[in-house]
Amino acid sequence: MISLTINGRPQNVDVPADMPLLWVLRDVVGLTGTKFGCGIGQCGACTVHLDGQTVRSCQTVASLAAGKKVTTIEGLSPDASHVLQKAWVAEQVPQCGYCQSGQLMSAAALLARIAKPTDADIDQAMSGNICRCGTYQRIRRAIHRAAQA
Amino acid sequence: MALSRRTFLKVSTAGGGGLILGAYLPGLVSPIGGQVAAAAGQFEPNIWIRIDADDSVRIMLTQLEMGQGVMTAMPMLVAEELDADWKKVRTEWVGADRRYGNPGLGGTQITAGSSSVRGYWKPLREAGAAARLMLVTAAAQTWGVAEDSCSTSNGEVIHAATSRRLRYGSLVDKAATLPVPKQVSLKAPKDFKLLGKATTRFDIPEKVNGSAVFGIDVKRPGLLVARVVRCPVFGGKVASFIADKAKAVPGVRNVVPVSAGVAVVADNYWAATRGAQALEITWNEGSLAKLTSAEITKQMASLAEKPGAVARNDGNVATVLAGGARTIERVFEVPFLAHACMEPMNCTADVRADGCDVWVPTQSQTASQQAAMAATGLPEAKVKIHTTYLGGGFGRRGEADYVTDAVEASKAVGKPVKVVWTREDDIQHDYYRPATYVRMWGAVDASGKIVAWQQRIIQQSLLKRVGPPGATNPGGIDFISVDGAATLPYAIPNLRVEYTEFDPGIPYGFWRSVGNSVNGFVTEGFFDELAVAAGKDPFELRRQLLTAKPRHKAVLEKAAAMAGWGTPVPQGRFRGIAVHEAFGSIVATVSEISVAVDGTVRVHKVACAVDCGWTINPDTITAQMEGGIVYGLTAALKGEVTIQNGRVVQRNFNDYPMMRQNEMPVIDVAIIPSGEAPGGIGEPSTAVIAGSLVNAIFAATGKRIYRLPIRPADLRRNA
Repeated sequence: MISLTINGRPQNVDVPADMPLLWVLRDVVGLTGTKFGCGIGQCGACTVHLDGQTVRSCQTVASLAAGKKVTTIEGLSPDASHVLQKAWVAEQVPQCGYCQSGQLMSAAALLARIAKPTDADIDQAMSGNICRCGTYQRIRRAIHRAAQA
Repeated sequence: MALSRRTFLKVSTAGGGGLILGAYLPGLVSPIGGQVAAAAGQFEPNIWIRIDADDSVRIMLTQLEMGQGVMTAMPMLVAEELDADWKKVRTEWVGADRRYGNPGLGGTQITAGSSSVRGYWKPLREAGAAARLMLVTAAAQTWGVAEDSCSTSNGEVIHAATSRRLRYGSLVDKAATLPVPKQVSLKAPKDFKLLGKATTRFDIPEKVNGSAVFGIDVKRPGLLVARVVRCPVFGGKVASFIADKAKAVPGVRNVVPVSAGVAVVADNYWAATRGAQALEITWNEGSLAKLTSAEITKQMASLAEKPGAVARNDGNVATVLAGGARTIERVFEVPFLAHACMEPMNCTADVRADGCDVWVPTQSQTASQQAAMAATGLPEAKVKIHTTYLGGGFGRRGEADYVTDAVEASKAVGKPVKVVWTREDDIQHDYYRPATYVRMWGAVDASGKIVAWQQRIIQQSLLKRVGPPGATNPGGIDFISVDGAATLPYAIPNLRVEYTEFDPGIPYGFWRSVGNSVNGFVTEGFFDELAVAAGKDPFELRRQLLTAKPRHKAVLEKAAAMAGWGTPVPQGRFRGIAVHEAFGSIVATVSEISVAVDGTVRVHKVACAVDCGWTINPDTITAQMEGGIVYGLTAALKGEVTIQNGRVVQRNFNDYPMMRQNEMPVIDVAIIPSGEAPGGIGEPSTAVIAGSLVNAIFAATGKRIYRLPIRPADLRRNA
């Protein structure tokens, strides 16, 4: 049994210690906003926050999350009111949308660290997240928009 | 085969030898039809629309949303003619339902070929217009006034003379008793209130908070999760397997053979993964076990020595090429490419004795339904297809192999099962963009005119795969393979395009922009080389040879103007230009790039102009131009699937890489105002971008690119 806090809610999950956090969230807890893209930490679709830091949940075994606070896209805001979520809508960022939970979680960690990121900051923080639809330009615009809000 | 019912029609050669690509223009769907029996308080004038007493307007969606904005564009077409209150418009997916099939594609429901707006804009507008007329009649009868004294706006019928208004919702019961008009007239574009205006997409709010349901997110009571272990060699089969160790993994429920291999069925994905790792399988690798990419190339090169079937033949190329004009002969090669949708292939099936339900992120309800029917033996009426959002499609999800996986696994275990592919499954078991070998010949005369052009394409035949038996390859031509080649727009007096089919046995399919993904690169790269050989500016020569193609010319000129063609470029940067028509739209791009000492290519800016006819949602057009360019750049700069010992070498995003944020150019898009019928927007920009990229690389390095992907080692300074 592993105890952890997910989106502010303490939870006990009965999973093998080596089960990646991604599958704990998706298949055990039922939070499917966090996506499976590659399983090797290359695409960023599974990005969540662990004690405020971005991690690739496909590469984070459950035991490593024990006693920690996990934030997923569902917990970024209660009502899609996070400044980045609003900016994502304003810039009409998503196309297929599959990677966007991970993009938003990476961007949220960036803004928490750097209130007004430069293009170089965005390149550094966001290049671990693949978008096959090619929405990168709008993601960049949305981050700048959010930083100015 | 997944798409075998997808019939391509109207392939014919026109006078002058031009090939009409009529099959990409789907026929009209039955537009107005009869009223659908609806409950009291509902008005359902046709299969597309239901208006309720509460004024809500429900618009049915047969085309599927994979990011291309169709879920918003389709209702806009209906709502425009209906004069609906856009805030009251809702959408609903229709599943597999023959009434919505596209007669121009054999009655298939499929979202592919950039055909949604092109195939459905007219019937959808007519459906909206017919419903509007019926609501007007209902209001006029209620008021006892003439119909032509009434108007409509924003979900209301208005009688201006008496300042009376009736909401559509208040008219539904009366309208439901009226006959459906046989003929309707459509609005003139100048009267559009919605079409042509940037409209926020319905799907975006759900895609920023994690609530959008993709296929992989489907939940069902008692749902099990399966992984299928497949033979790494194409065409290989299971010889035998030992399931003991897999079954011993906690959470693994069952291990069952399926057509594609062996399915490990478990409580969750992780248990299925551990089970799959523990499974012991002996494969019969089959006849392709020694096949390599090098061997495939060798065989294509050999076929390219001989003439192919003639898709276009203007003038007399052979005479000119033999006649002493300066000739240039080149070979172009492109590799197999995987689609790499961000959402791995998946499908959920619940097979019971009395029927089968399938939840699937598919581009074709029809292909999914038929795969499930084949796997269960159930009749069409017993197989229900539920669609979800697609985490990318790009042609991959027109196939139904993942549906077969799930249906077979569910049938075998008697429980609902979700099959989830790994990324490795996805890269190694795709239906690939065919590796293609192209020979080009060009001739320039003493005055600097291009006098001859010949293209010979060696490629697997998609038409053979998906066309109806006996109706494929008229004259040995695959019009899909020569799409964007036989349609070369330049005025060149002697022009010949040939095609030879070659099938090495690697699974192949439709990949964003299809034949154009090859031909946009080859024709625009080669044209540029001929222009330079003729001593002409590549933009100016294109302009001159597009005099008879005003839409192409305008698009080209717009892109050039946006990029400042002919004006100084920042130091170290270089420009290349290209224009290409695909799926009824014309796109031109100017790429501004630099090449580092180590040969790394950096794309800084892309100016993109598009003429796609009159527009539905301009912001979606812009987004598709941006996304299509990234897709095409990824292919040109990185994309390669290599075959070794009958299997794919690449496995995941580490060795099948994608463009990332730090490599992203600034893309500027202009939409040319046009009154022409709408063209497709999902694919054309993917086809054109490699041309402008390789032409910029020539400007930067003096080196021509004949083989994709571009290899930095070939461009290294002093290399």
